[in-house]
This record gives sequence, C-alpha cells and structure tokens, in this order.
Amino acid sequence: MLPDGNARREEEGMKIIVMGCGRVGGRLANMLDSEGHEVTVIDRNAASFRRLREGFSGTTVLGTGIDEDVLRRAGAEEADVFVATTEGDNRNLMSAQIAQKVFNVPTVIARTYDPGRSEIYEKLGLKTYCPTLVGARLLHEMILGK
Amino acid sequence: MYVIVVGGGKVGYYLTKELLEQGHEALVIERNAERVDHIVEDLGNVALKGDGCEVATLQEAGVARCDVLVAVTGDDEDNLVSCQLGKNHFGVPRTIARVNNPENERIMRTLGIDVTVSATTILMSMIEHEMPRRALLHLLAIQRMGVEIVEAVLNAGARAVGKSIGGLVLPPESSIAVVIRGGTFLIPSGSLVLQEGDEVIALCRPQQEADLRNALLGPS
Repeated sequence: MLPDGNARREEEGMKIIVMGCGRVGGRLANMLDSEGHEVTVIDRNAASFRRLREGFSGTTVLGTGIDEDVLRRAGAEEADVFVATTEGDNRNLMSAQIAQKVFNVPTVIARTYDPGRSEIYEKLGLKTYCPTLVGARLLHEMILGK
Repeated sequence: MYVIVVGGGKVGYYLTKELLEQGHEALVIERNAERVDHIVEDLGNVALKGDGCEVATLQEAGVARCDVLVAVTGDDEDNLVSCQLGKNHFGVPRTIARVNNPENERIMRTLGIDVTVSATTILMSMIEHEMPRRALLHLLAIQRMGVEIVEAVLNAGARAVGKSIGGLVLPPESSIAVVIRGGTFLIPSGSLVLQEGDEVIALCRPQQEADLRNALLGPS
C-alpha cells in the first residue's frame, strides 16, 4: 500500500518556501532545514542570507515574492508550504495570495503586524500570524501570572 | 459620486483635481504629512493623513459610502490591499488599482480587483501599435530535426503583401505551412495572394531565419 500524503511528507520532508530572510524568517528556515525539509528562502537583499546557518542545504532566491516569476523560480508550483515573513504586511498578504490562488500551494501563512488586516484576511480564507496579538497576549499573561 | 483616492503622489493629486473639477466628491488618503499639506493648500480640505491600507483610516474616510476606491500609490502590494479591504470588507462597489509591474495586472484581477491600470502596458501597446512588427515570432523549435516553426504578421508595408506565395523568394529549406486570415486558415497554394493582416506560419532552419524574415516582412 502506498503511504498517504502526510506519511510520505514526513518521510521525505516538505517543500517549504520562506519569503523574507530576516530574524524570524532566517531562524525558521534554519530550523526547518536542520529537520530535513527542503527549504527555499526568498529575499530581495542578498546580505540577508548571512542569517542562514553554516551548511544550510536549502536554496536561496534573490527577488521579491510579489513577483510571480520569482515565486515560480522558488518552486512555488511544487511547494507544500509558503510562509511570508517580511517586514511589510501588504507584501506578505499579496505574495501569500499569489501562492494560494495562482500556484495552489496547500498551506500558506502571512505574517501581518496589523491586527485589523490580520482578522479581515483570515475571514477571506488566508492563514495569518499576527505578532502584535501574540506578543500582547503573552505580555499580559506574564504580567498577570498563570 | 464619492471617490476615495489612496496615494497623494502626482497621479493621485491630478486625479483628485480632475474629479473635483468635474463636480464629484473626492478625498485623498496620503501617509506623508507634507504632501497632505500641499494638497490641502492647493485643492482645499480634501486630504486625509493616514495609511489607506488600515481599516481605521478607511473608516475615517467614509469608505462605507464611497462609490469608487482608486489606489494609485507606487507600490502594487499597497494598492492591492487597499482595494481588497474596500471591496471585501466595506463593500465598495468599484475598486481600481494602479499596477506598476505589468505582470501583476492579471494577478490583481484574479484576486478580485475590478479594474487595473498599468502605465507600462498602455505605453507598450501604443509603441507596438506605432511600429510595424519586424520580427518573427518563435512558436516551436524541433531541436532533433533542426527546424523552427515561426510566425510573421504581415502589417502594412510588409514585403510579401500583395504577392502570391509562388512568387515569393524563400530560403531553400523553408516552407510556408499555413496562412491565417480573419480567424480561419488557408492552405498555402502557389496562387494564394497574401494580404495585409495575414498571419503566416512557416518552417525554416534556424540559420535561415533572417532570410525568411527578409522575404516576408522586408529588411529590418
């Protein structure tokens, strides 16, 4: 019997595109790479790739993720996951939507600092991660205990 | 009509000015305080300082009652998000986005924007219209055989217009496969006379491409 999709993925590692090689994106890429996933990192500034660990076995692509050609070069057609972690909310939202609607990437996540935009795009069917809400909640817990 | 313009650069400024002159109600949303002051000084109290991609700013601008939202900043991603918030969250009937990278036009429409405007695309189509096409379009290369399939559009002034296919002097190892005229295709007999607007599909060796172009379209 053939293994189902998830089992196969776990065996071979997933194809993951990380857009933005900043502190969060770079760290995430390193973690996923060391776990054996096939990672491609996109950044428009070549100097950002210095954040990738020694022996990083993934691929780097120079360019902006709001460009369909750049996403194609990064392998969006075969990717299992696309994560947008640049500093720009709108850039993340646009590239994530291209990955979702044009390339049919199954799992797409866009970092969105603005809670308002985060909530609206969630309703539109895009998975977002809002550091502002997560951070505020965490601080609240730390202050009030529990 | 009430029109919200996101982005108070040159395009946004003159667009707002025109709208006001034609008797419409218009408001520009602009992040830069200096530009806001400049617009208010010139056009009156029709500029709001803020980010047109933020829900609160759009609300303050009265987006719920606007007829058209036009996003004309220099960044495609900002224009997309402004229009999507307007359309999907506030129910704006018509959204228009300026597109800087022409490839984003199709993407923006896929993502629900009603109208996209790309200065690059408009200028390119005007240039192409002005200049007769002097190149062959590559349709297919059959590498194993060393043969290419190319297309030539016969614009006014192309060398082959008015000539019969039998009368053309084509390179030795080339041949015309089909002529497309007005949506139908014609089998190229020697007596078929080529007309302006015909699309000629031909086979040739790569090294003879220049001679074939010359025979069909004239010197480049």
